[in-house]
Amino acid sequence: MQTDWIFIGIFLLIGLVFPTVPLVAAFFLSPKKPNLVKNETYECGVETVGDTWVQFKAQYYIFALMFVVFDVETVFLFPWAVAFQAMPLFMVVEGVFFIVLLAGGLIYTWRKGALEWV
Amino acid sequence: MNLSQIIFLVVGAVTIISAVLVVTLRNLVHSALWLIVTLFSVAVLFVLLEAGFMAVVQVVLYIGAIAILIIFAMMLTRRAMSDEASQTNGQWPASLLIAAAAFVSLAGLLNANAWPALPAADLSGTVRQLGLALVNLNAFVLPFEVASVLLIVALVGAIYVAGEKR
Amino acid sequence: MPEFNPGNVLIYLYQLLGWWLGTLGIPAPIVVLIQLLVSIISVGAFALLLPIFTIWLERKVAGRFQDRLGPNRVGPYGLFQSFADVFKLLTKEDITPAGADKVVFNLAPMLTVLSVVTIWAVVPFASTMVGANINVGVLYIVAISGLGTISIMMGGWSSNNKFALLGAFRTAAQLVAYEVPMIIVLLVPVMLAGSMGVQDIVNAQGTAWFIVMAPVAGLIFFITSIAEIGRAPFDLLEAESEIVAGFHIEYTGMKFGMWMLGEFLHAFTICVLTAVLFLGGWQGPFAKEVPVLGIVYFLLKSFGMYFIVIWVRSTFPRIRIDHLHAFNWKVLVPVSLAAVVLTALVDKLVTTYLPGAGDVVRATALLAANVIGVLALLGIFRQGAHAERERLEGGRDASHGEAAHHDEPGEPGAAHASAH
Repeated sequence: MQTDWIFIGIFLLIGLVFPTVPLVAAFFLSPKKPNLVKNETYECGVETVGDTWVQFKAQYYIFALMFVVFDVETVFLFPWAVAFQAMPLFMVVEGVFFIVLLAGGLIYTWRKGALEWV
Repeated sequence: MNLSQIIFLVVGAVTIISAVLVVTLRNLVHSALWLIVTLFSVAVLFVLLEAGFMAVVQVVLYIGAIAILIIFAMMLTRRAMSDEASQTNGQWPASLLIAAAAFVSLAGLLNANAWPALPAADLSGTVRQLGLALVNLNAFVLPFEVASVLLIVALVGAIYVAGEKR
Repeated sequence: MPEFNPGNVLIYLYQLLGWWLGTLGIPAPIVVLIQLLVSIISVGAFALLLPIFTIWLERKVAGRFQDRLGPNRVGPYGLFQSFADVFKLLTKEDITPAGADKVVFNLAPMLTVLSVVTIWAVVPFASTMVGANINVGVLYIVAISGLGTISIMMGGWSSNNKFALLGAFRTAAQLVAYEVPMIIVLLVPVMLAGSMGVQDIVNAQGTAWFIVMAPVAGLIFFITSIAEIGRAPFDLLEAESEIVAGFHIEYTGMKFGMWMLGEFLHAFTICVLTAVLFLGGWQGPFAKEVPVLGIVYFLLKSFGMYFIVIWVRSTFPRIRIDHLHAFNWKVLVPVSLAAVVLTALVDKLVTTYLPGAGDVVRATALLAANVIGVLALLGIFRQGAHAERERLEGGRDASHGEAAHHDEPGEPGAAHASAH
């Protein structure tokens, strides 16, 4: 078990080395002639105006919140799914009840019109 | 010192340093990125405790969901690109005092008790046991269903608050 | 010295390496470490060199779909085209735009490659070959994919470019939205196998592949995976007419190459995951006895899925962003929840009331339940489409000006019809 996690740990470290190799190679091979115009922010040839940080609409935030809610829900359900084969029927129904409650939340959101991308 | 102790010390140091950077850096996005480093090292600590499920849940929920939510919340503000914003206000000495007191009392508490060493146990089936306990009538079935209700409340609250703005 | 087994030649080489290092007098923990390093580097190098081939394959196949030849100049059948592209990218100037956050800007493309490559740590290649057989493999895959979303936000934010920022947040919204049905349907293989370990899931598919027992879940997993890699029809992150190249607009040279590598590797990786979770992975005739055959089956299934990905890409037009989100929240999420409930109840009912039933009966019952579910769903879609048509026709009678939209032929999928 711990050997498997060591494998993953080393894999993560080496996973950073893998992309470094071509980037370092490119660093030595590629020409470097920066100038003011070349380094400008690319906006199809038009000079950029104002701050880059534009105000986003709240819909992004709502979707992120819904994502968090459903993510947490599913993580609760994963141990239930693992133990599923060893459960009697009523325990499965309890898990189903959990899902149905959340489906109710989804229907509420739908009715309120929060699922529309406006 | 064995390998896992060395890893623990390194990861613990990374956790603390990145956590300090989260609350001291002036750039909001940089703070968020260091927060991700902190959360990830906590996941590594879970792995060292042989709690693989907690480790992946930490990454899925905190990095995959909460950190993204924080960045999404940030873009609703206007000053995220500027470095001028200071993270502290005039009350920082008081909060430092409280934090130090909390740390000292926690450390004292940890030192006061002799922690018994757990017997070696088979940890391969913990997720299955957790799943069974979550729906067992004599164990955690009520908190489990209440969690579902709590999630709905969070959802409804979010929709309500955002709906008011529009 | 380990015994030579031609059916298990790669594991034999692995053991031979350990035996040889042992004879040199190297202590056992170091030997294990070296063995781990060698296997990690071979898995990682295999994964990272694969896109060189799959990019050629994709251009060739997409070319045939569009009645073209595809690359055919460099080498036989244009096989060396990708190598030429790699050398071109290596020698291109690397421009860091003014005002960019240099550290984050350079870190983002590395993180995106990392987030894809490390998924391969838990992929079982054969009955004896799996990097890390952890018992939380499925959630590990979800967790690592989450890092990809972070890397895209980092790249988009640090470029200091409005297009990049818009593209990054649009991408992030799409990725997190489609992650919801994806992790919900991942519950289905976990339930059927009784474990989150990827190797255990493959082992559980000996009698019937999970695509037979849970076709709806498999299809939803595949659709959401295509959305996760940002391929057509979900390629809004790279909508050229609106946000130019999206989050990687400011990247040039090899750093852009890393984004591209991550994207193409991810495209193949989701095919691998679909093959492993729903198509039985290395399962096939004699795969247990001869593990090398398992690798062949595994690669055949993965490339088969990859062909379907290319097929989908060259067939479907890009969908509009409001349709994209409506399709996710109003179709995929409810249907995936229903699929989990259906699988749980039917499977439990069969095993409770037919105690002697084997896997064949289980699979048949689940397949029948899925078919009935799909038919019911199509009925609901048809009704929704009908109601929508009524509504539109009523609207046209009221105001004659808005007739143009209605005269289009029926929309391609039932899903679209309900997405309004």
